[in-house]
Amino acid sequence: MSEAQVSDYRKLEESITLGHIQNEDRLSSELLTLNIGPHHPATHGVLRLIVTLEGEIVRDIKPVIGYVHTGIEKTAEQKAYWKVIPVVERMDYLSYYFNAQAFCGAVETLAGIEVPKRAQYLRVIHLELNRIMSHLVWLGTSALDLGAMSMFWYCFRERDAILDLFEMSSGQRMHTRYFQVGGVFEDIPTGFEQRLRKFIATMPERADQYADLLEKNEIVLQRLRGICPLDEQTLLDLGVTGPLLRAAGNPWDLRKVEPYSSYEDFDFKIPVGTVGDNYDRYRVRHAEIYESVKIIEQALDGLPEGPTITEDRKFALPPRHELATSMEALIHHFKLVTEGFRVPEGECYYPIESPRGELGCFIRSDGSSKPARVHMRDPSFSNLQATAPMCRDSYIADLIATLAMLDPVLGGIDR
Amino acid sequence: MAVSREPLTGADEFRSSQLRARDMLRGDLEGDDLEKYVEERIITTTLDKAVSWARGNALFPATFGLACCAMEMMSIVAGRVDVARFGFEAFRASPRQADLLILSGRVSIKMAPVVRRIYDQMLEPKWAIAMGACCSSQGVFNNYAIVPADKFMPVDVHVPGCPPRPEALMHGILQLRDMIQGDPTMGWRNRYGAVGTEEVLPGNLGADSVNVFGSTDRA
Repeated sequence: MSEAQVSDYRKLEESITLGHIQNEDRLSSELLTLNIGPHHPATHGVLRLIVTLEGEIVRDIKPVIGYVHTGIEKTAEQKAYWKVIPVVERMDYLSYYFNAQAFCGAVETLAGIEVPKRAQYLRVIHLELNRIMSHLVWLGTSALDLGAMSMFWYCFRERDAILDLFEMSSGQRMHTRYFQVGGVFEDIPTGFEQRLRKFIATMPERADQYADLLEKNEIVLQRLRGICPLDEQTLLDLGVTGPLLRAAGNPWDLRKVEPYSSYEDFDFKIPVGTVGDNYDRYRVRHAEIYESVKIIEQALDGLPEGPTITEDRKFALPPRHELATSMEALIHHFKLVTEGFRVPEGECYYPIESPRGELGCFIRSDGSSKPARVHMRDPSFSNLQATAPMCRDSYIADLIATLAMLDPVLGGIDR
Repeated sequence: MAVSREPLTGADEFRSSQLRARDMLRGDLEGDDLEKYVEERIITTTLDKAVSWARGNALFPATFGLACCAMEMMSIVAGRVDVARFGFEAFRASPRQADLLILSGRVSIKMAPVVRRIYDQMLEPKWAIAMGACCSSQGVFNNYAIVPADKFMPVDVHVPGCPPRPEALMHGILQLRDMIQGDPTMGWRNRYGAVGTEEVLPGNLGADSVNVFGSTDRA
C-alpha cells in the first residue's frame, strides 16, 4: 500500500464524529474502527462502511461509495436520446423499468409527446411486475442476512416467473429496453396475458407463505421489532423517500401524489407503518407486493385497445411494412436511426416512485439530438444517508439487519 | 493379467455377479478368482488427474457481487439452474476459502485494486470468470470509469451477455470445469508464462518472480 492510501484511510478514521458520546470516562473504553467492505457479503454490493465501535455498540458510521461508479450520466450526454435508454437502465439494476420510465417520461415531457393509453397501461404492468421482482430480491437477500436460508429460494422462484414474463414481452430477462420514448417497443405477445393472470393469481398466496415463514419466527421478530427506528421528521430532513419514509407513517407515494402513466386510473392503497423500525420497513414492502398485484390485475382488465407507441413519426420508428411502400417512412427511419430525434431546448425533472423511493430524471436539452445533461436523483443515494442516524448506538448485528432493510442498490448510488 | 470389462447383459449374469460379490465379502473367493475380482474393480489413474477431477468438481466461488450480473449470479444458486447439481454452490464469503472469483459486473477504476487484492488473497489453485460484457470488454459503457478485467488480473473464462443468462454462466463454469479436468496446466499461467499470482510492483522484481503483465508500467 502506498503512502497516500494509508493517509487517506487515516483521514477517514479521524473524521468520525464522537461529539455525541456521553461517556465522560472515555479513556476506560477504547474505540475500535472497523472497516466493512467493499467486498462484504452483507453490504449488498460494493458499499464500504467505516464503523466506529465501542464494544459491540456502533457509535458512528461513515459510508464510502463510488466503487461501481460507471459514468452513466456522462455517457448519456454522448448518445442520442433513444440510445441513452439502455445505459440508464443499467443504473439501478433491480429496477430497470423504472429507470427507463423516468428517462422516457422526462424526454416525453420535454418534447410534448403523447403516450397512447395502451402503452401507458403496458408500462404500468411492467413497472409493477418490476416492483414485485425488486422486493422479492430484497426479501430473499435480507432474509439471508438474518440467517433464514430458505426464503432466498422461494423468492427467486417467483422472481424467475416474473423474468420469464419480461423475456416473453421483450426477449431479455434484465435490462429489457422495452420502454421507448413515446410508448413501448411492441405489443405483448399472445399467451402473455394468460401467464400473467396465472402469476398474479398465485403471487398473493406465495406472499402469504413468506409472511408465515418470517413473521412467526421468533429470531426474525427479535432481529426486526423495535430495531433502529427513525422518526418521520429526521427522514424528511435527510430526503429519504419510499418504503423507508412510509414505514415511519408518512403516506408519501408519487403514484398517488403526482400520478404518471395513468396511475390515477387504478385503485390501490399505500401501506404505511407506525414506528418506523425494521419490522415496519419489512411489513411495508411486503404489503406493497399485494398492492402491486392489485394494480396489475386492474391494468390487465382495463387494458385499452390501440397503438402501443406514439403515431408521431418524428419520434417513433415507422412500422416495418411501411418501409417497403412509403418513401416518407424510409426517410423517417433513416433520420431516427442515424441522428435520432431532436428535442426542443429546455429543462425537465420527472420524478417517479421506484421500489426504493423517488427516482427522478433531470434532463437539459440544447435542442440537439443528444441531451446536454442527464442527472438521475436515485433514491438509494439519499436513503443511504439515513444509515448513520438509524444505527447509531445500536448493536453491530443490528447494523447488518438495518442495512438489509434499507435496501440500497449500489449501482444506483454510484451510477 | 488381462481383464475383460463387459457390461452385464441378462438377469442371470447380474445375479451371478451379485453372488460373487457376496462370496468376496465372506472371504470365500481365492486365487485367480479373487485377483480377477479386484482387477475388475480398480481404475488406475495418475494423481494429477485424480486431483484435477476433484478440483474441477468442487469449486468454491467467492461471494462477490459487483453489479447487475450479481443478480444472475445469485439465481444460479436458486431452484431453476441449481448449480449444486455440479457442486459449485458453496459460496464463500472470505477469499481465503474460495478458489473461483466470478467477476459479476462492471469494475470501476476505484474497484480494480480491490478486486486485484481479493484475487491475490485467494489461495492457489484459483480461477477467475469474467461474467458479462462490462468486465470483459467494457460493454455498453466503454467510458472513463470502467476497466476490463484482463487489464489487471488473469481471467480464465469470459461469459458474454449483458447480463448473461444463468444458463450462460452455468455453461461458463462447466467450461472451466472441463478446462481444469482436461488439462490442469492449461490456462493463463501457460499463456503468460507466469509462475504465481503475486502482486508485482514495478522495480520490485526479484530474481525468481515473473511479471505477469509483461511490462513494468502497469502494476
